[in-house]
Amino acid sequence: MDLFNLPNPPLSALLSQLLLGLVNGSFYAILSLGLAVIFGLLNVINFAHGAMFMVGAVLTWMGLAYFNAGYWAMLVLAPAIVGLFGMLTERLLLRWIYKLDHLYGLLLTLGFTLLVEGAFRSVYGVSGLTYDTPDALSGATDLGFMFLPNYRAWVVVVSLGICFVTWFLIERTRLGAYLRAGTENPRLVEAFGVNVPLMITLTYGFGVALAAFAGVLAAPVIQVSPLMGQNLIIVVFAIVVIGGMGSIMGAILTGLALGVIEGLTKVVYPEASSTVVFVVMVIVLLIRPAGLFGTQK
Amino acid sequence: MSTPALEIKDLQAWYGESHVLHGVDLVVQPGEVVTLLGRNGAGRTTTLRAILGLTGVRKGSIKVNGKQIIGMATHRIAHHGIGYCPEERGIFASLSCEENLLLPPALTGAGKGMSMTDIYAMFPNLAERRHSQGTRLSGGEQQMLALARILRTGARLLLLDEISEGLAPVIVQALARMIRMLKNQGYTVVMVEQNFRFAAPLADRFYVMENGRVVEAFGSAELDGKMPVLNELLGV
Repeated sequence: MDLFNLPNPPLSALLSQLLLGLVNGSFYAILSLGLAVIFGLLNVINFAHGAMFMVGAVLTWMGLAYFNAGYWAMLVLAPAIVGLFGMLTERLLLRWIYKLDHLYGLLLTLGFTLLVEGAFRSVYGVSGLTYDTPDALSGATDLGFMFLPNYRAWVVVVSLGICFVTWFLIERTRLGAYLRAGTENPRLVEAFGVNVPLMITLTYGFGVALAAFAGVLAAPVIQVSPLMGQNLIIVVFAIVVIGGMGSIMGAILTGLALGVIEGLTKVVYPEASSTVVFVVMVIVLLIRPAGLFGTQK
Repeated sequence: MSTPALEIKDLQAWYGESHVLHGVDLVVQPGEVVTLLGRNGAGRTTTLRAILGLTGVRKGSIKVNGKQIIGMATHRIAHHGIGYCPEERGIFASLSCEENLLLPPALTGAGKGMSMTDIYAMFPNLAERRHSQGTRLSGGEQQMLALARILRTGARLLLLDEISEGLAPVIVQALARMIRMLKNQGYTVVMVEQNFRFAAPLADRFYVMENGRVVEAFGSAELDGKMPVLNELLGV
């Protein structure tokens, strides 16, 4: 960051960091949303979420490099592929550990993450692959007080859209009622004649597809690399802890808010920007151990 | 003799390592109200749960309308026309009253259940509180909700676990009226009841369970003659 050499007045630096914060916050929101939904129904802390985010981004790059499939095609295809892959892993691996302690789910998905990341690393290395912004979204719009890069605006808008649709699906529809009830008491929902095992498979698929979707969005703004998920997942876990597991809207708002806090810290005191999330986590845990939106059980 | 609505033979069930049902036999004819009596831990709740596949390993035979269901996945069993009202009522906190009511899907193997209009006519309180959070309802309202939601699905065989437990006498009387009405409409009801005075006038037949077995079975006509035995077995 060579902010100091730029002739920008502080206001525009602040605004551009705010926007960057919102972009990161969008990724956080989508990822923590998926983690919260998966934890609720499967009782599994899905460490593989970061890896699925990475796979989404790398698939986007591969689509263009090998199959000439552009950004828009991969925006649909990558989540679909990762979602199907997720459903398969749920059926073959995760299904066996639901009755065990959370720790086993965490360990299993951690091991799975190492496998997936290792496989991609042996092919693509760690130096990172570049992916160009799609033509339709390149350039920037002059808002008068700042230049708004179109792609970043797109990321924020589409992420908020996806988050809203997911929230609506879960909180306001019949399908979502099954999901909420299944989170509380899966056996009873099953006794009513709902195919809960299928619902669990689909939920996991949907959760990791969300992560892959965020990965596609990230490909043009973050360097695509087999390790990009690792950097993100720890922060996202902290965000889930801050938000608390109970609420969908909580996961979304906390993700966005912490992205912004991180962005603003970069302006005020850049050295602290990578730790500020954890500082917030410590404070929240001291004051509200169940998280900002969580309910104590 | 018609096909029994429910026929259980030599049902054994386990929770993990512990063997909790040791060969339960019982038969319920269509349209009957049958009550399972017994002390806490005698295996009555477990019998209901075993029918739905909610226990661990099960052995023996469970036939619903002549169809063997013991090997089936839990989510398929309900579709043979079974409605279940669990002891803890099972009202979902994250769902509104109406969402709770709409949660159990219409059963594929069953006829049409009650319409929402009928249900709200029968339970006006639930209509009034339809937007309240499920667990904000009073105990009586939650019990009504737990019953109402299985009447919507088309289930004809109702498994009711301790529905009168912990409720005010006026609510218990309302529940008794409801059970009579359901019986008149041809529903088959299997109740687990601690409250003998609630169950006695409602049931056609009684089974008494002890240590995971049925130890006594008799009809309502024999009830008076059986009172000494019941006193001993249940301490009523």
